[in-house]
Amino acid sequence: MRRRLATFLHRHARVRLSLLLSAPLAWLGLAYLGALAALLVTAFWSTDTFTGNLIRTFTWANFEDLVTGEVYRTIALRSLGVAAAVTLIDLVVAFPMAFAMAKLASPRAQRWLVIAVLTPLWASYLVKAYAWRVLLSADGLLGWGYGLGATILTLSYLWLPYMILPIYAGLERLPNSLLDAAGDLGARGWRTFRTVVWPLAFPAVVAGSIFTFSLSLGDYITVKIVGGRSQLIGNVVYDNIGAANNLPFAAAVATVPVLIMLVYLAAVRRTGALENL
Amino acid sequence: MNLSRTARAVLWGALAAGLAVIYVPLAVVVLNSFNADRTFGWPPPGFTLDWWAAAWRSTGMREALWTSVQAASGATLIALLLGTMAAFAVQRYSFFGRDTVSLLIVLPIALPGIVTGIALSNTFHTVLGIPLGLFTVIVGHATFCVVTVYNNVLARLRRLGVSIEEASADLGADTFTTFRLVTFPMMRSALLAGGLLAFALSFDEIIVTTFTAGAGVRTLPIWIFENLFRPNQAPVVNVVAAALIVLSVIPIWLAQRITGEASRY
Repeated sequence: MRRRLATFLHRHARVRLSLLLSAPLAWLGLAYLGALAALLVTAFWSTDTFTGNLIRTFTWANFEDLVTGEVYRTIALRSLGVAAAVTLIDLVVAFPMAFAMAKLASPRAQRWLVIAVLTPLWASYLVKAYAWRVLLSADGLLGWGYGLGATILTLSYLWLPYMILPIYAGLERLPNSLLDAAGDLGARGWRTFRTVVWPLAFPAVVAGSIFTFSLSLGDYITVKIVGGRSQLIGNVVYDNIGAANNLPFAAAVATVPVLIMLVYLAAVRRTGALENL
Repeated sequence: MNLSRTARAVLWGALAAGLAVIYVPLAVVVLNSFNADRTFGWPPPGFTLDWWAAAWRSTGMREALWTSVQAASGATLIALLLGTMAAFAVQRYSFFGRDTVSLLIVLPIALPGIVTGIALSNTFHTVLGIPLGLFTVIVGHATFCVVTVYNNVLARLRRLGVSIEEASADLGADTFTTFRLVTFPMMRSALLAGGLLAFALSFDEIIVTTFTAGAGVRTLPIWIFENLFRPNQAPVVNVVAAALIVLSVIPIWLAQRITGEASRY
């Protein structure tokens, strides 16, 4: 029996393939995509204000509220601003670090430096945000207090390794001979950077920015820990599910970061950044 | 390379400063777990082991730890199974929509966690009518853990090629025997590395967990988050955080030994 099954499988590659694909596709293709689709459908429903029950009829009301509501526009813009600021800070901090790792350190030191950058990724996300809560608290080491600035600082800290690693990988692939050639042709450090290093490292930079941007855009935990009373898109989604019990509106709000990410991905696709992820 | 001495010094300085910024906050947490001052006043007035003892006695923490271990184990098992199957399908066969499968597997970590979280909780709750609990947490975690196993196994299969398996078949081994004696042993370390990453990813996750866990289910991150804002629990929370930082070195060390290279996914 076993033998016959084995022979059958050996002869029918398509059957093997279907069996291999069955469970992953059922889980991710059917269940997960189905869940996302159901969420999108829910965004066009509404809730009964008295009973709190779902009303399953099509309406644009949630999106109208979203677009016309002054509060939501402010929060969406603020979230975008935070994500952009975090990405910019991480870029400025990560690029020289990655450059020193890739071009100045010896191969043996490189290996250890990569581990040094990777290790904090394993330390719990919550623990790191908490570490900043302690540092920034009024009687802590820094004592700067909480708020939007503290949120940007903490998020930059959390996602910094995600920016360093792609840039490091990109710069490592960049041949040293190009830099030497630029020098031989008379270019000083800054000019070599502007005309040789930066254009060639750009796809890697964009790859890193996808992480920092997307991760900042969806966050609501860090804001709660160090943000004081500031609110981002994530908080609006969270509050509408919990306290307000308005799932359709939460679903509508949740489409905002997804849309922004899709636009962002489409915009950077031509830089070749997606192959650098 | 022809960098000026100043430029070199500035770059090395930036690297050193960056690494310091990465590690100082973590060091402060570990140090604070011995801080005699209840509110972590700085500099510490003295050092004590009391908080470590208190954390060990905390039943809430221990229950949460156990829940986290269960959730991460379940999610890792499912991720190992689904990730390996998908990696074999994508690497060993060519078929219509192969690129889409890769995209599908990356999607759960590419989208913001809150989107995955509410999409799943909505499906469990309103569509399927499954009560939220440990089971739904495992399903949620497995969804975004598949990618870690998938990437590791895929990279391994790409390197292995099929010639050894063909040799096994030529020598008379059937499909199952070849898998058991040839393919599986060669993939074992990739599975271990992928599984380790999946476990760590699940163990640390809070956003998807928040939405898929029922009222009674408390994983360690949820427990930490709940106690974060209670001043009299602060020392115990800090000890748990310090312990997690120290423990996070273990998977790094293991992954290094297994793969000889550092990779996140």
